[in-house]
Amino acid sequence: MRLSEATREEIRRLAARYPVARSALIPALLRAQEELGWLPPEAQREVAELLDLPVEAVAEVASFYSLLFTEPVGERVIQLCTNVSCLLNGAEVIRRHLEERLGIRPGQTTPDGRYTLRIAECLAACDQAPCMIVGTERYGPLTPELVDRILFGDGERR
Amino acid sequence: MTERVLLRHVGVPGQEDIETYLRHGGYEALRRALRELSPEDVVEMVDRSQLRGRGGAGFPTGRKWKFVPKDAPVKYLVVNGDEGEPGTFKDRTLLEGDPHLLLEGMILTCYAMGIRKAFIYLRREFYQAYRKLERAIAQAYEHGFLGERILGTDFSCDIVLHPGAGAYIAGEETALLESLEGKRAMPRLKPPYFPAVMGLYNQPTVLNNVETMCCIPWIVKHGPEWWLAQGPPQLYSVSGHVNRPGVIEAPLGTTARELIERAGGVRGGRRVKAFYPGGTSSRPLRAEHLDVPLNHESLAKLGSMLGSGAVIIMDETTDMVQVIARVCEFYREESCGKCTPCREGTRWVTQILDRILHGRGRMEDLDLLESIARNMTGTCFCPLGESVPPSLRAGLEDFRDEFVAYIRGARTPVEMPVRIREGILAPGG
Repeated sequence: MRLSEATREEIRRLAARYPVARSALIPALLRAQEELGWLPPEAQREVAELLDLPVEAVAEVASFYSLLFTEPVGERVIQLCTNVSCLLNGAEVIRRHLEERLGIRPGQTTPDGRYTLRIAECLAACDQAPCMIVGTERYGPLTPELVDRILFGDGERR
Repeated sequence: MTERVLLRHVGVPGQEDIETYLRHGGYEALRRALRELSPEDVVEMVDRSQLRGRGGAGFPTGRKWKFVPKDAPVKYLVVNGDEGEPGTFKDRTLLEGDPHLLLEGMILTCYAMGIRKAFIYLRREFYQAYRKLERAIAQAYEHGFLGERILGTDFSCDIVLHPGAGAYIAGEETALLESLEGKRAMPRLKPPYFPAVMGLYNQPTVLNNVETMCCIPWIVKHGPEWWLAQGPPQLYSVSGHVNRPGVIEAPLGTTARELIERAGGVRGGRRVKAFYPGGTSSRPLRAEHLDVPLNHESLAKLGSMLGSGAVIIMDETTDMVQVIARVCEFYREESCGKCTPCREGTRWVTQILDRILHGRGRMEDLDLLESIARNMTGTCFCPLGESVPPSLRAGLEDFRDEFVAYIRGARTPVEMPVRIREGILAPGG
């Protein structure tokens, strides 16, 4: 998997925004991930070359942050918060519902590759507890019915 | 106080658009400062306002600014938008509701401190805030509030919006700097080098929280005396078992009871069992403390703290063992692994709590938890690990009977959502 020239150009542009190019590492990895869905080793090597960094420096960062994916994920990543305010408002019911509807446990991806379910550690949206982010959109307060509408659309059965 | 200050324009349709912001008096403080005030005047105003940082530690902002060497040739401003303490959502509310207020506060700070380049470190999960800030920054450039020779003066300043990638520890100020430099978010040793003296790229750096920055335009516009007369205004994130969870603006020192009332009361008309006054790193308090003024001093006396003002309300049906276990799991998941007491302590503690919740606890586990809490206190490299003992202590001292009930089999065992499931959870953070 090679990065497109547009992405490579964008990463060079990102690097120019900082006094030290390495600062662009996280934004660059996010940009690469946007294109490829995750960060395969080849993509990490490409980012390393573009920012003139040792590949180890890139791997070290890619493996540290929870939203940099060093393994393939589904088309849409679901981040379900189960922290205190969400827990108090029934996050466990939502977790069980998601597990049942998707047929997977947290950390896994549906066989059709559409969804990855993950447990998030607080989304700073306790006013919408229980809450989840699907892709880049936040939803809450969740009910099992609302979850079905968000993931499968009105009335659609899976 | 009846009038809102910090939240005055949050909820106004289109407030994130610069035209709306300008119609509400936006960037007037900046115009005033550039026309009438010297940089030193602005620093003095902030100092006199007695503003304390709103990120959690509550350090006086003016004093922090004065630590920065005046004659340093290169200085930076870094805004901490990595809000992620369970229970806290005030910064997100400001970022999504009034992004130009943050920008104006930042430009004023740069003017006051002689800074040319500023960064907003925004946690990745704030996708909506990111989109709004991106647009707001572009608008500020178009209107001449950012860039070269701002409003025709000699003052120039740039703001870079920087995304995080999912790591609670990045909210710790030195870990945030590491992350901004393109490394793993691991805290730096301090002292000797506090960010004010040696921060981003080893240069003097002003590091402030989003809410703190949002106070600056108000202080400059109306003066420190006016600011103090407002309470001073403070944002509380109120969540948990209340009817209308949300961000509430109230003077510093408002009680939890008043906040609950303003949040529509306790759900189902139940009684309060306990509450976290300042996020999960503060010691949770029992209902008997509902009338304690929520300010730095009163809470410190109770062994707790105001932190980022995250008040989590728990009613009488709450299982405190579950809550405390979930809090400890959070710190285990988010420990960066740099120091042993935190890396090992959080793991050990959650293993024990997990066992207790599963009905396999032993009475001596309670002594063990106490001993680990003691050994984690004052020994961790940064505040993340130190956030575990307050909850544990409260559990062992104030809610001991609930732990004992699990150990004696009087409570039905439960499964916690995260637990330790090797190989299932994705790595990171």
